[in-house]
Amino acid sequence: MTSHAILLLPLLIPLYGAVLCLVLWQKERWQALVAGLTQLGWLAAAVLLLQRVLEQEVLATQIGNWPAPFGITLVADVFSVLMIATGAVIGLAVFLFSLQGLDKTRKRYGYYPLLLLLQMGVSGVCLTGDLFNLYVWFEVLLICCFALLGLGGTKAQLEGTLKYVTINFLASGLLLTGTGIVYSLFGALNLAELALLVRQPNHPNLPLLSMASLFFLTGFGIKSAIFPLFFWLPASYHAPPIAISAFIAGLISKVGVYTLIRLFTLVFVSNLSFMLPLLAVLSGLTMVVGVVGAAAQNDFRKILSFHIISQIGYMLMGLAVYTPLALAGSIFFIVHNILVKTNLFLVSGVVAQRHRTFSLKKLGGLYLRQPVLALLFLLSALSLAGTPPLSGFWGKLMLAKAGFEAGSYTLVATSLCVSLVTLFSMTKIWTEVFWKPKPVIPVGAVAETAEDRLRNQYLYLPVALLLVFILFIGVYAGPLVRLAEQASQGLLHIEKYTQTVLSNN
Amino acid sequence: MEILLPFMIGILFAVSLYFILHRHLFKLILGLILFGLATNLFLFVIGGITRSSIAIINKDATVAAEPYADPVPQALLLTAIVIGFGIQAFAIVLIRRVYQTFKSNNLDDFRQDKEPEP
Repeated sequence: MTSHAILLLPLLIPLYGAVLCLVLWQKERWQALVAGLTQLGWLAAAVLLLQRVLEQEVLATQIGNWPAPFGITLVADVFSVLMIATGAVIGLAVFLFSLQGLDKTRKRYGYYPLLLLLQMGVSGVCLTGDLFNLYVWFEVLLICCFALLGLGGTKAQLEGTLKYVTINFLASGLLLTGTGIVYSLFGALNLAELALLVRQPNHPNLPLLSMASLFFLTGFGIKSAIFPLFFWLPASYHAPPIAISAFIAGLISKVGVYTLIRLFTLVFVSNLSFMLPLLAVLSGLTMVVGVVGAAAQNDFRKILSFHIISQIGYMLMGLAVYTPLALAGSIFFIVHNILVKTNLFLVSGVVAQRHRTFSLKKLGGLYLRQPVLALLFLLSALSLAGTPPLSGFWGKLMLAKAGFEAGSYTLVATSLCVSLVTLFSMTKIWTEVFWKPKPVIPVGAVAETAEDRLRNQYLYLPVALLLVFILFIGVYAGPLVRLAEQASQGLLHIEKYTQTVLSNN
Repeated sequence: MEILLPFMIGILFAVSLYFILHRHLFKLILGLILFGLATNLFLFVIGGITRSSIAIINKDATVAAEPYADPVPQALLLTAIVIGFGIQAFAIVLIRRVYQTFKSNNLDDFRQDKEPEP
């Protein structure tokens, strides 16, 4: 297959899947079948793309055959393909979970097509080579997010969605403003062309680029929930059912970090001496505030939601240190975190399916009753906290090593302390949900039928599937570390990227 | 005339943020709409305003004669208007639903202690 076709696959497969699902609106079982096949196809396309990118480093195609700076460009390098592949893995897991773990009404009102279109938005953001298209793909992704968050219309969901819509509309406005400024300064929107323009030493508009970069930092900062802009996240992410919030919480804020890393290595490189200290401060505060918020919560999902914020800090730390190893650490950490976070959300969903609550006070004694689940949770939680030899450890090791080499000791010390508090709050979930004796008030007193039991056991399948991936990248970390290093090399040495995009093939 | 537009944009941004920070749902809608308009107007003005010179190439020429208005900001603007319109429509329907569910116009009434369903 030509590289042109392969680059289009991650966009076309979910699009056609979603359209087919819309055609089969009344037939929920058929929709599930189509969605499942689409997930598998997407995974296959991601693997194919990864294989091709490893051969050629960067793939690029021009939509409609307009030559590069004028037309719409799709680009894939190792970093973007890693995002797409990880998204495909958790998409498959969340889809498997939703088969039994989501109510019929929500499925009937378009859960599958919305999920597929959301995935299309994610691959669009990762593949686009154009600043304005980045904004457009982000809107595609966001409007599916809005609809998914509000799907079902319970009170908590509506409240969370209202906040999410408002804040993200503002963020998108800022992005659009930033895009306008960049265009008026440089007269270009293509990322590769911009990358060349901002590296010209005496461009008259270069000092003004900082203004645009601040717009982008704020816009994507809201979307990825970094320190002063994270307040919407715990309010929105815990409201919808697990099959929805696991996917959104696992992937979407990391897509914001992906664009930050992409833009600050490719385009906004002229004022790094000002930007990097700012990013370092922001990442440190993000880590600390997120984990302190998590430690104060008493709800399974809210603890996990606050942890998302804390881990965004780690990903930003790699960008703030800005060495090849640090960026590789960030990339490794993003992949690890998407898998682990989704898995922890799914575990909380398995618990809630059976016990009908997320409150730590009302849960208890699960270690005796569901030992397998306890093991699955324990491995994921330890991985999140960064215990060797699980996957989180390698990401943090790379980040800490890079931080020491670059001399940012305060940041490394903060990140290590935050790791300890992460472990503490995971222990909190562990003792309250799994170890504490069963509370006196019988929760979920409804007798479990055989069918329910079968259904609940089925929910272990996606959790176990994700855990296989987590254990794999933990125990056998070498290949992913090498991929992350290759990706960070691609980010810092942009010649190949710009050549491939601008060569007008 | 051109000197007026930046001030208009500033006023629009200020008014929209003021409305968004209100507790009333309808003012939230107004704020979102005005914010979208302000962004679009900003995009339009920053692209540079060239009056009565359109980017159309003459029959016997290969490039457009200078000066001509840059068509790219206008294309961006058109896309942005459509996208913004879609999101505003979604927001309005959502806000209507919120009003029906909570039977209140005040954002402060939506706080709730009940945990969401699993």
